[in-house]
Amino acid sequence: MIAVRAKGLNLSYGDHQVLREVNVAVEAGEFVVIIGPNGTGKTSLLKSLAGLLKASGEIEIFGRPLARYSRRQLAATVAVVPQQVPLAFPFTVLETVLMGRSPHLGLLEVEGREDYRIARQAMEFTDVSHLGARRLDELSGGERQRVIIARAVCQEPKLILLDEPTASLDPAHQLRIMDLMERLRREREITVIMVSHDLNLASLYGSRILLLRDGGAILAGSPAEILTPANLAQAYGCPMHVDRYPLTGAPRISLLPLNQSASPSSG
Amino acid sequence: MSDPASITRRLLLIVPVLAVVLAAAMLVGASFGSSGVSMSELFRFMRGQGGDSVAATIIWEIRFPRVILAAVTGATLALGGLVFQALLRNPLAEPYILGVSGGSAIGAIIALLAGLAPFPGMAMAAFAGSMLVLGLVLLLGTGRSRSRRESLLLGGVMVNALCGAIIMFLISLARNTQVQHVLFWLMGDFSMFSREQLPLLLAVAPSFVVIYFLARPMNLLLLGRENAAAMGIDVRTVSNLLLIATTFMVSVVVCHSGLIGFVGLVVPHILRLVVGPDHRLLAPASILGGASYMILCDLLARSLPTGGEMPVGIVTALVGAPLFIFLLWRGNR
Repeated sequence: MIAVRAKGLNLSYGDHQVLREVNVAVEAGEFVVIIGPNGTGKTSLLKSLAGLLKASGEIEIFGRPLARYSRRQLAATVAVVPQQVPLAFPFTVLETVLMGRSPHLGLLEVEGREDYRIARQAMEFTDVSHLGARRLDELSGGERQRVIIARAVCQEPKLILLDEPTASLDPAHQLRIMDLMERLRREREITVIMVSHDLNLASLYGSRILLLRDGGAILAGSPAEILTPANLAQAYGCPMHVDRYPLTGAPRISLLPLNQSASPSSG
Repeated sequence: MSDPASITRRLLLIVPVLAVVLAAAMLVGASFGSSGVSMSELFRFMRGQGGDSVAATIIWEIRFPRVILAAVTGATLALGGLVFQALLRNPLAEPYILGVSGGSAIGAIIALLAGLAPFPGMAMAAFAGSMLVLGLVLLLGTGRSRSRRESLLLGGVMVNALCGAIIMFLISLARNTQVQHVLFWLMGDFSMFSREQLPLLLAVAPSFVVIYFLARPMNLLLLGRENAAAMGIDVRTVSNLLLIATTFMVSVVVCHSGLIGFVGLVVPHILRLVVGPDHRLLAPASILGGASYMILCDLLARSLPTGGEMPVGIVTALVGAPLFIFLLWRGNR
């Protein structure tokens, strides 16, 4: 089953075209990581798939055109973990997670026992149960990110879209977030699409990589197919050293200082 | 983890408590006045034993309408502040500070000078004026150079100043007999209100209903427009409904009671400390709390030893402006 199919996406901000004839197909149950240099439209692509930006072209989510979803139906199918969550009016952790039930509630309906159960389960899943009564603005970055992910899980989506969820987290928390996503995919059969700048995490966790390049060209394939010195040097404009992780055999990417340009394996 | 009380259960606790507070405020408000009709006479009157017809007339014709007007005005302005704060994700937003009240005052004064009745003539003119100002402020708030929060407030201040100048210009056009009336009204005045006007206040009710229906979407709006949309909220429809409902109800009360500032700032701020940020609790709490607060402010305005009677807008500003300054200072640290 196809979770996401996008055909001929175009999107411009004023004169600047960020997406040009972009085609994407994601199978249900995949863990897709979108990588690419800044400004190539990774976030714009993600937001377009979530219906938050109006790109021209065709988008189908689980076989149904995006335009035929109501906002609520879409939110019951697709959850988004944004780059930032404003904290001006701090809710508690439990209140925040419960908001994920919103697309499943009627206009004046209040959260019932079942909604609380689902929220609790989501909080347990991301290991934030003990933080339930704390306010969101009192948490560390890693805790906050796990709360936002719990909220997305609480939405009970079939597809989850994440925009750089590991940015500004320490290595242990990065791995924790990635592990959660892998478990979501495996245990709950949720399709995961994630934007990331971390090429090694992409290599370790992605079942497929989308490499966005300037001008809208996309390379798609397994980590081993996409994460090659030639592809990376062409996309990012800087040399990178690629070898294999000893245990998994996945591509391992090392950065090189710019002034030592020539590296034996950079192509 | 202990099970925190559900929204319904908390609502069933908060609403009765605030309703009792409001009832007490109304009793005190109705039993106090320059003519010296006391609380005991009020109770006699309420039991239907009001033998003293002078006391009955004072309570029924003067104090009761005034207390109701104060209650409706306070409820509307507090709820209006709450909605603007959610829409703009800014705890400092409020109809008066954003200039929305000023805009409706311009409309209302023009209608007043043209000799229109408070309803629907003045109310409609006030509504048009406040929608215009709101559009202008929102337009200024979308500028890129500053953070939205500051530019919005700055825009509100500037538009407010412009409104003030236009109001003064309109007053200079007014006949002498009208000037006193308009000036008092501008500072917030409940004394011109008569019992016959009471039913006109019902015009705010539809707005209350619309806002209560949109309380949960308002929670999600606090997370930002895009996040709210991603969680199933039709942001444009919800925002437009909220803006129109709020602007309309504010226009209705501005017509009757003039410009009263900072209520929409003070009441939601205090209530948020008590009941938390959930609008399903905050909306009804703001209605009841705003009503009580305004009745007490009016009581204070009436009982301060001044030459005549002090406009209630002065009292609310003396309480509210320092809080506003404090919040601004704390937010900038």
